[in-house]
This record gives sequence, structure tokens and C-alpha cells, in this order.
Amino acid sequence: MSGVAGRAARVSFGGAMLAVMRKDLALEWRTREIFSATVVFAALVLLTINFSFDPGQRAVEQMASGILWVAFVFAGMLGLGRSFVAERENACLDALALSPADPGAIFLGKAAANLIFLAVTEAIVLPLFAVLFNFPMGRAVPGLVLPLALGSVGFVGAGTLFAAISTQTRMREVMLPLLLLPVSVPVLIASVRLTGTALAGRALAESLPWIGLLVLCDALFLVAGTLLFGHLLED
Amino acid sequence: MTETGSRVQDRMDAILRKVRNVTTPLAGFGLIAAAYFIVGYAPEEAQQGIVQKIFYGHVASAWASYLCFFITFVSSGLYLWKRDRAWDLLALSAAEVGVVFCTAVLLSGPFWGKPIWGTWWTWDARLTTTLILWLIYVGYLLLRPFAGEGERGARFAAVVGIIGFLDIPLIHLSVRWWRTLHPQPIVMNARGPQLPPEMLTTLLVTLVAFTLLAVSFIAIRAEIERLRDLAAVLRRRALREG
Repeated sequence: MSGVAGRAARVSFGGAMLAVMRKDLALEWRTREIFSATVVFAALVLLTINFSFDPGQRAVEQMASGILWVAFVFAGMLGLGRSFVAERENACLDALALSPADPGAIFLGKAAANLIFLAVTEAIVLPLFAVLFNFPMGRAVPGLVLPLALGSVGFVGAGTLFAAISTQTRMREVMLPLLLLPVSVPVLIASVRLTGTALAGRALAESLPWIGLLVLCDALFLVAGTLLFGHLLED
Repeated sequence: MTETGSRVQDRMDAILRKVRNVTTPLAGFGLIAAAYFIVGYAPEEAQQGIVQKIFYGHVASAWASYLCFFITFVSSGLYLWKRDRAWDLLALSAAEVGVVFCTAVLLSGPFWGKPIWGTWWTWDARLTTTLILWLIYVGYLLLRPFAGEGERGARFAAVVGIIGFLDIPLIHLSVRWWRTLHPQPIVMNARGPQLPPEMLTTLLVTLVAFTLLAVSFIAIRAEIERLRDLAAVLRRRALREG
């Protein structure tokens, strides 16, 4: 008995985090449920925006970063909402809570998996947007990496925490956007600004304050999530 | 911890009762004084006229809501740390009162904005920040019934109360860089207060009155919630003993 406990207690923070991430990725890889739903939904968002605004070429250039982030956020929220549903249905959340892994590591593992899901969605939405809106993306792509990465980390950090909360409430689909959207306003504003700068082909150095703000947001949500996640797992 | 509450809860009950007894009458006097100062003492602003008088209640409500959200933040942290329902009661009550004052800010602003700016609403930095704050704490209040009765809702809400408050400076910064139209701060200004002394006095009186009002509201609200807890205990006991 003590041997098992002793071995279990040696689960390192990073090891637990990777294990949780790998579990979520494997689960998704076998079903591809969230992924397909998210990508189709993102395409539908692009379609809806196109029909609602019917933007001309000039308007598309002005709105590009906003359109992209609307698609990322709504599709991302769909994925985040599912992130804890499987855990809840089979009482896996209790098992995770009972495991010797640090709750912070579980949070970061889930967030890392969610980040990968969102990144894949973004990688598909970008060319889709370029084609559907006839937007010349080509040369701007390398500059997009930093804004999308920083923005996605903040959004997923807050999103993973609030998804853990909303999944455990009645009305879970309603609760996630109500909690997540207002809190992620700074992430969204900064991401849209930075993405716009990158899409216009300008150097990101001129928006250094926005980068700083995004880094602060990312740090806040990741640190707060890591420290507070344990409080969401009991019951 | 007994069925009806902990030692912390007992002490909190006593403190809240004392706070309520002191602040409620003082808030009453304060409001009367503030009304007198606003109507009879503060001069009418030369360009804006009588509408400018909204400013006193508007700024004082904004201050009161920030104070409430700060109390929610601290109590939420203490709740997660100590797990004593007393802190949760305080966090919940302060959040509710904060939303009331935040609503007052959002409603009083347009009555000044329409004649002065020519528009009810504008996506200016401070208006936008206030609206986002309001949405965060309305989410906090909505979360509680959806999370189910009792301890779990308190834990979830505490996490939101902490993140929401820490997010405020980031929201403020991001929205300010995004755009701003709102009058620049005239009291907490680098060059010292820019208000005429009579207006400053009036504002300070209103601030004190609204602070007392907010504290009195929180104490009363927490007591109501506490009584609700006790009623539930009594109901359970009655059911048990048939």
C-alpha cells in the first residue's frame, strides 16, 4: 500500500500536466467530435458574417482581424464548453480530483489541450477566411503567429477555468459565455489590434504596449487558473 | 462548527449588527446632507447648467460599486482560504450591492450624456469599462443559483469574484487605449483637484454618504442571507423531529 502511495506521490507537476494533455488529445483523436463540430461552426460564423455585412474588398481589409477573432472566439467557446463534459459524465472529474496530481497541473494540462484544439481550428479558419473573403493572406502569415499565440493563450486560460465552472452548473451552455466573454475583453481588444497590425503587414514593434497587455492577461489567467483550479474540483 | 454557524460567523453576526446600527442612520443623515449640498450649496456649472449636478451621485455610485467589488474580492479570497460561510455571505452581499450601484452609474450617465455629449451612450473607455464590470458581476450573481444551493455555488462564485476583480485594471487599460472621450479625472488629477472648492466639498459629502449607504446595504443584505440560512436550519430540524 505504502509503495503505491509512494509511487503515486512522485507524480511530478510537469508529468501530470503532460498526462492530462495527452489524455485529452488521445480522446479527441479517436472521436474527432469537438474538432469537426468546431471547424464547421467556425465556417458557419464566417458565412453569417459575410451575409450580415456583405463587405466589399476595402471593408474586408478593415474588418479582417475582427472577423477572424469573432470566428475564433465563438468556435473556441464551443470547444471549451465540451472540454469538461466528458469528465463530468463519467465522474472522471472526481477521479482527477482524487489523483495525486497537483490541481494546477491538471488545469494546465487541460488548458494545453484546449490551446492545441484552438490552434488547429485557427490554422483551418485562416485559409478558409482568405479564400471566402478573397483576402490576400500570404505574406502576413509569419507576423500572425505571435498575436494568435498570445491571444489564444489568454482566451484558453480564462476559458478552461470558466468551462470547469460552467460544466458543473445547470444551464452550462449559457453560463460559459456569460462568464467568459466579459472577462476576456482585454484579451480580445489586444488580439484584434495586434492581428490587425500583422495583417496590414506592419511591424508588431509599433504595438509593443498591446503585446505587454496580452502577456499580462495571459499571466493573470494562467497563474490564477493554476492556483484556483483545485477549488473547482472538490465535491 | 455547529449547525447554525461557526465562531467566525457569530463574530461576523455581531459586527454586521453593529455596523448596520451605526451606518444606517448615518447614511440617512448623510444622504439628506448630500441632497442639501447638491441642491443648495454647490454652484451651478456655467456651461452645463443643472445637469452637471448628476455628477455627484454618479461619481459617488461609481466609487461605491468599486468599494463593493473590492469587498467581494477580499471576502472571496478569505472564503476559499477559510471555507467559512460567513465570508461567502459578505462576498455575495457586497457583489449584489455593487451591482446596484454599478447600475446606478450606468443609468445616471446617459441623463448627463444626452444633453452634454448629445448621445445617450458612447463607447468611451470609462462607460465601456463600467458596462463590462456590470456584466462580470451580473454573471457572478447568475452563477450562484445555477451552481445549486450551498457550498459549491459559493466556491465557484469566489473564483469568479477573484478573477473578475483582478481583471479590472486590465479591462480599464485595454479599453482606455482603445478609445476615450469621457471627461478626464478632475479630482484625482496630477495638478491637484480642478474643481471649485464648493463642488469639491459637495462631492466629498456625497462620497461619504454613499459609502455609508453601501456599507449599510451590505450589512443588511448579509443579515438577510444569514437569517435565510438559519431558517433553513430550523426547517431541517423541524422536519427531522417531525
